[in-house]
Amino acid sequence: MKFSEQWLREWVSPQLGVQALADQITMAGLEVDAIEPVAMLFSDVVIAEVVGMAPHPDADKLNVCQVVDGSGEAVQVVCGATNVAVGQKVPFARVGAVLPGDLKIRQAKLRGVESRGMICSASELGLEEETSPGILELPLDAPSGEDLRAWMGLDDNAIEVDLTPNRGDCLSLKGLAREVGVLNRLPVTSPDVTPVPATHAETFPVRVEDAEFCPRYIGRLIKGVDVTAATPLWMVERLRRSGVRTIDPVVDITNYVMLELGQPLHAFDRANLHDGVVVRLAREGERLVLLDGQEITLNAATLVIADERGPLAIAGVMGGEDSGVSAATQDIFLESAFFSPLAVAGQARAYGLHTDASHRFERGVDPQLTVDAIERATALLLQVTGGEPGPLIEVTSHAQLPGERDVTLRAARLEQALVKQLPAEEVADILQRLGMVVDSTASGWKARVPSWRFDVSIEEDLIEEIARIHGYNQLPVRRPSARLALRPDHEARTPLGRLRRQMVARGYQEAVTYSFVPPDLQLAMLPDAVSPKLANPISSDLSVMRASLFPGLVRALEHNLNRQQNRVRLFEAGMVFRGDLDDLQQTPMLGALACGSRDPEGWAGSRDKADFFDIKGDLESLIAMGGEADAWRFEPGEHPSLHPGQSARILYRDDPVGWIGTLHPGVKAELGLKADVLLFEVRQDALTRGVLPTFVPLSRYPEVRRDLAFLVGVNQPVQALLDCVRKKAGQWLEELRLFDVYQGKGVTEGCKSVALGLTWQHPSRTLNDEEINQLVDAIVAESHQHLGAELRG
Amino acid sequence: MDHLPTLVTEARQAIQAADSIAALDELRVRYLGKKGEITAQLKGLGKLPADERPAAGERINQAKQALAQELDERRQALSKAALEAQLAAERIDVTLPGRGQPSGGLHPVTLTLERIEGLFTRIGYDVAVGPEIEDDYHNFEALNIPAHHPARGMADTFYFDATRLLRTHTSPVQVRTMKEQAPPIRIVCPGRVYRSDSDLTHTPMFHQVEGLLVDEDVSFADLKGTIEDFLHAFFERGDLSVRFRPSYFPFTEPSAEVDIQCVMCSGEGCRVCSHSGWLEVMGCGMVHPEVFRHSGIDSERYKGFAFGMGAERLAMLRYGVNDLRLFFENDLRFLRQFA
Repeated sequence: MKFSEQWLREWVSPQLGVQALADQITMAGLEVDAIEPVAMLFSDVVIAEVVGMAPHPDADKLNVCQVVDGSGEAVQVVCGATNVAVGQKVPFARVGAVLPGDLKIRQAKLRGVESRGMICSASELGLEEETSPGILELPLDAPSGEDLRAWMGLDDNAIEVDLTPNRGDCLSLKGLAREVGVLNRLPVTSPDVTPVPATHAETFPVRVEDAEFCPRYIGRLIKGVDVTAATPLWMVERLRRSGVRTIDPVVDITNYVMLELGQPLHAFDRANLHDGVVVRLAREGERLVLLDGQEITLNAATLVIADERGPLAIAGVMGGEDSGVSAATQDIFLESAFFSPLAVAGQARAYGLHTDASHRFERGVDPQLTVDAIERATALLLQVTGGEPGPLIEVTSHAQLPGERDVTLRAARLEQALVKQLPAEEVADILQRLGMVVDSTASGWKARVPSWRFDVSIEEDLIEEIARIHGYNQLPVRRPSARLALRPDHEARTPLGRLRRQMVARGYQEAVTYSFVPPDLQLAMLPDAVSPKLANPISSDLSVMRASLFPGLVRALEHNLNRQQNRVRLFEAGMVFRGDLDDLQQTPMLGALACGSRDPEGWAGSRDKADFFDIKGDLESLIAMGGEADAWRFEPGEHPSLHPGQSARILYRDDPVGWIGTLHPGVKAELGLKADVLLFEVRQDALTRGVLPTFVPLSRYPEVRRDLAFLVGVNQPVQALLDCVRKKAGQWLEELRLFDVYQGKGVTEGCKSVALGLTWQHPSRTLNDEEINQLVDAIVAESHQHLGAELRG
Repeated sequence: MDHLPTLVTEARQAIQAADSIAALDELRVRYLGKKGEITAQLKGLGKLPADERPAAGERINQAKQALAQELDERRQALSKAALEAQLAAERIDVTLPGRGQPSGGLHPVTLTLERIEGLFTRIGYDVAVGPEIEDDYHNFEALNIPAHHPARGMADTFYFDATRLLRTHTSPVQVRTMKEQAPPIRIVCPGRVYRSDSDLTHTPMFHQVEGLLVDEDVSFADLKGTIEDFLHAFFERGDLSVRFRPSYFPFTEPSAEVDIQCVMCSGEGCRVCSHSGWLEVMGCGMVHPEVFRHSGIDSERYKGFAFGMGAERLAMLRYGVNDLRLFFENDLRFLRQFA
């Protein structure tokens, strides 16, 4: 809501400068967004009368005018505007005047003709942004010689407040003035609204089918209006300072009254109404061409104003083109109605509309304002367009009008809420100035809420009003007290923060990528993934929920590769979304990506590229934190994003909890990536779980170590061999270390050599060779039987 | 007999000339060993007349001690020189960088979230989290925002269908906690939230931390104290001015926006604070009775306050980041600045 400071001060004028006033309003909850002067700076522009005009002898488009600016002799000015005419009152910049843009007016010759000054347009004075088509015509009674700035009151500010949705009552000068009055404890003056006597008896049938949505509808026929009349300059200016463009006097006046009092009005062209108006719900599929020219198809939840032929307007939102006022209109049917917030709520948005009317009705318009508004508008119309007013036509369902509410406020509750005892007089005064009728009760107060406050219905609402007007920053400050109670803490859990820090210690930077990803990227990486799709994405690029952290990490990689960052280590902790909406899993995951050299470029590191085992080592370092490394397994598996020969399904306690691998060369090519990319993602709940350490006494007896080298098939997972070994190594096996894997020269073709170091230790005695030999024999036999493994000689 | 001085001189010269520990050992044997030349002199004492023996013995012993001392000194000098030579040979360039993986770093949003969580958990709040795909009930209805409420326009919502959506705030977590847990409740709810808005100062996803405290005798004054303490602690500025401005959220009443004195210009007025000297940093208020009603909490007995803030906004102010979008580009050159 934007309004003129001067206009407000006609209602209530506290002794405050504009900034102090704005600060005060802001601190009362009506946030001032901007304060702007309503006109740019200019000087020495006066009102003048054009008393003579002749064509320029040497220029077709110029006129030589004589103007009288009150200083005596007529002054000669060359003017290029087409609308200049003798008898007009115009803004006249004298020689020496400075116009916006630091334009200095000097005596000059235009095509040989002396010109001493300039007749100005609105845009030349900085009153309009767009270039005006002609000079600004002032009212004929404007006093010649008077300073234009002073006469038009241009030393004014437009104040823009950003109102919260609960304060629909402040969407008018009346409402804002009321607030300013309360804040300054000042009385507020309203413009005089007196009923306009009818000069004819003609009415028009109004029928309200849906009284719940439209408890009150008031209409009036005004015959013989002159729509071609000019809206008075003072009104044009007030509209302009409120950010409203002038259209025609009828629309201007309805807008003016809406800004002044808060009641949206609508004017129909009587000639285009047939057999009376009906306020009813639309019939599904009815069509309506709106004032802005677009044709919409109505749904059955929309309240419309209709006649026998069909809908004329969406109630409280926008009128129709066919029934609107045009230059040819002679008789108008003026509407001032109370549509309930529920009738209008959501309707404008459903049609992609947002109007000043819908904005107000959605938030609640004072139902007691309907008559005042139509009387005020009628009076203004008669002044500007002339016409013959008829009697008011009123259809009111009192039962459906918002009822009056009494709200109780307990003094004890107020004090408890604010930790301050406010004087009873101050409480009552605040409530009264807000328009409430206040009665004292035994425990506090009872307040009758005024019809314009849709947001006040419970005790807390009153507490808020009192706190707000008293001033939040005037209220005390305290700290909450609580009983000290220890809470359970699970030592075996590894909090996410520690996992994050472990990744950081391993050289990874944390990334945060969007939870929605481009559908084509997700399709390329996870062709089978099902994840929810946004109905209203911000762009198609961000329209599908990620089913994996991989797409986002790969995107972040691309971003960095494109910026010459060739060694990338990123990880992310975040949710992935799998399944359709009715069978949805939202799973927190931890994912990582590595690309580029194993070590950063430097004097000491290797130049090797990172490979699967680098990122697996990083993951294993996370796994180790849970103290349960044995519960984890890596199983060769196929994942659409990953190289089938370099990828593993990750199992925790036999549950599949994630994937690790090298990005599939096909996917890589599709994404235009050249370097190898390594990825993993694991469910966070698996990584955060763990076990407490359990102490095992240290043995005082010597260890026995045997190294065994096996020959197994190249495609035989080492894990299978380790499993066989463990199975037969007996309970005193202390450590099983894999210290070499080799294939090539010296090893049978198609085989690899796997060297294992086994360490045994008994807690209470020395193990003898014989029992170890037996275990080794059993291991060798088992490995041979299950895997065809041979002990290497 | 009188060649002792010559012997000593000769021995001294040999000791000084020795260039290794081994050579010194040889000299020790040659002069002072059991068959050494000085030892031989002592053995020859018996041949002297009895009255000359003590004086001669003493001279020989003095010579022996002098030589022993000289040998030790030379030995020390030699080992010192040897050590110095070794040290010189082993010199490395200590200005070369160390070996191994350099550390990465946490995202600035994580740093900020952890900082906020830490401040609150240390005084007894718990951290609560919840789903990001929410339903209309938890995101709106239970927070006193019925369908078509104009406040729904305050946060442009991403929808999946008529009732399912991406949460626009972490308040649904508060609702879920209040339904599950009896007061007293003290939680902070960090997490991702989503709003259909994208321009210089908005990203469609960002992070929030909301807090909720429900107990008997909780007042607006407690809310003010908590927020002021938090902002002073977060910015490590005990003198930071904080002001509460009436505002509106359907789920709190009274509601307030919280402004702090601009941390960029200390309230002088700058581009960041639009020359107002104030920065809006969070919203807060007393829990609306309707929200308690949805959660089955008796609003006559219990009161509560709630607050919420954007982590990116706080991170920008704290670290001086001037472009919100940087948080989601994951540019290593940006991320590394927070290591």
